Amino acid sequence: AAPLTTTPGPYATDEAHTSFQDITSYNNFYEFGTGKGDPASRSGDFQPEPWTLEVGGLVGKPKTFDVDALRAFPLEDRIYRMRCVEAWSMVIPWVGFPLAALLDQVEPLGSAKYVAFETVVRPEEMPGQRGLFQPMEWPYVEGLRLDEARHPLTILSVGLYGATLPKQNGAPVRLVVPWKYGFKGIKSIVRITLVEDEPVTSWSRMQPSEYGFYANVNPEVDHPRWSQASETRIGEGGFFNSARRPTLPFNGYAEEVASLYDGLDLRANY
Amino acid sequence: MAQPQAKSWNWRPASIWLLYAVGFVPAAWYFYLGATGQIPGNAVKVFEHLLGIWALRFLLATLAVTPLRDLAGFNLIRYRRALGLLAFWYVVMHFLTYMILDQNLNLSEIVKDIAERPFITIGMAALVMLVPLALTSNSWSIRRLGQRWNKLHKLSYVIVLAGATHYAMSVKVVTFEPFIYLVLAFLLVAYRPLRPRIMQWRKERRVSLSEAANR
Repeated sequence: AAPLTTTPGPYATDEAHTSFQDITSYNNFYEFGTGKGDPASRSGDFQPEPWTLEVGGLVGKPKTFDVDALRAFPLEDRIYRMRCVEAWSMVIPWVGFPLAALLDQVEPLGSAKYVAFETVVRPEEMPGQRGLFQPMEWPYVEGLRLDEARHPLTILSVGLYGATLPKQNGAPVRLVVPWKYGFKGIKSIVRITLVEDEPVTSWSRMQPSEYGFYANVNPEVDHPRWSQASETRIGEGGFFNSARRPTLPFNGYAEEVASLYDGLDLRANY
Repeated sequence: MAQPQAKSWNWRPASIWLLYAVGFVPAAWYFYLGATGQIPGNAVKVFEHLLGIWALRFLLATLAVTPLRDLAGFNLIRYRRALGLLAFWYVVMHFLTYMILDQNLNLSEIVKDIAERPFITIGMAALVMLVPLALTSNSWSIRRLGQRWNKLHKLSYVIVLAGATHYAMSVKVVTFEPFIYLVLAFLLVAYRPLRPRIMQWRKERRVSLSEAANR
């Protein structure tokens, strides 16, 4: 990982940062396997550079960004809570820039209502994408409403702990939407498309009763198979005092984002 | 011819105790790693899942004893009780870990989980069904219950299917591992109703082979 030049960004939290070791060894990135350690141990063949990120669809100026172009955005430290849908959480010092800054460069058309994202497909480099028993359909796809995508909390991350992003965390560029469950944070993005209709997303395609399009962190709406009322902070407490903490609405970012969902039934739109 | 006066040491009961000792190694080792902070990430979940997987492995091993003897002539019957009891104790440890280390004895959450989440209901049912089997695993109960003991212990077929289903339903995606456990559980249970026919067929084949040899 190469060091990145950053400036302190907004929204920092004074909660203790999860260790680099935990952030880089406990991951869900099924392209490398479904085990938590697989993304770290089985991503050796993956080549995140060179890289191109195509941005197109309903835009005035479609554009392709390489890694240098992505790292040329003014990079900020964004220290966010990350709440996984599996009821664990971390505090992660990301390095990135607002997605809005990138969208501004391609000039979305008035007809664009949603943003669709797509992860790279490289079976030869990603062992989870080859063989029998692949866990899901590739490419991994995600989406946001345009106003969610333009929210200042939403960033594209190119780094972690002041250096370029490790492979297991979604090198070279990934999405971070801190008020949503972690699976919205699509990794190793190759395509961003502005679209008119709500895009298909990987987890809701696979199990629509359990995962919706919005996936906002919500302690009041349980996953059908487990409670979302509390969470385990990775690396905190110990074996005998795994002190669960209560999960906060919108992962503690309600003040910033709750108004995006005025009038929307969050039980129906989970 | 001189025979040894007495066997100085009988390896059979000792090998059963050895199986118990070895069987508890995964639980003890991971408990040690967890207690000393050597399991990275989500230590409690890792330990909880490990106990569940080993419970399922011991259940499958218990039910594999009969087909192994029938089909491969490999007789492990004297280890079956130990395998079954290991499965029971792993299920108990799995549940205690969930209850104490994972849920911090939050009884309302635990009751809600058991009542409302089908995979947990199924897992809990398997634990409840294992209790009478563990309680009647002693020789006195076997003698005392006679044929009823056999009937009662057929519950193990329901338990292994429940265990494998509990595992497959607990994961976000049914990958190779839970799938293979389900298949094994299904095959081991499906063997039971087929067993009389298979045994009959093997017997007939043995008879005709020996007749052919004598001709």
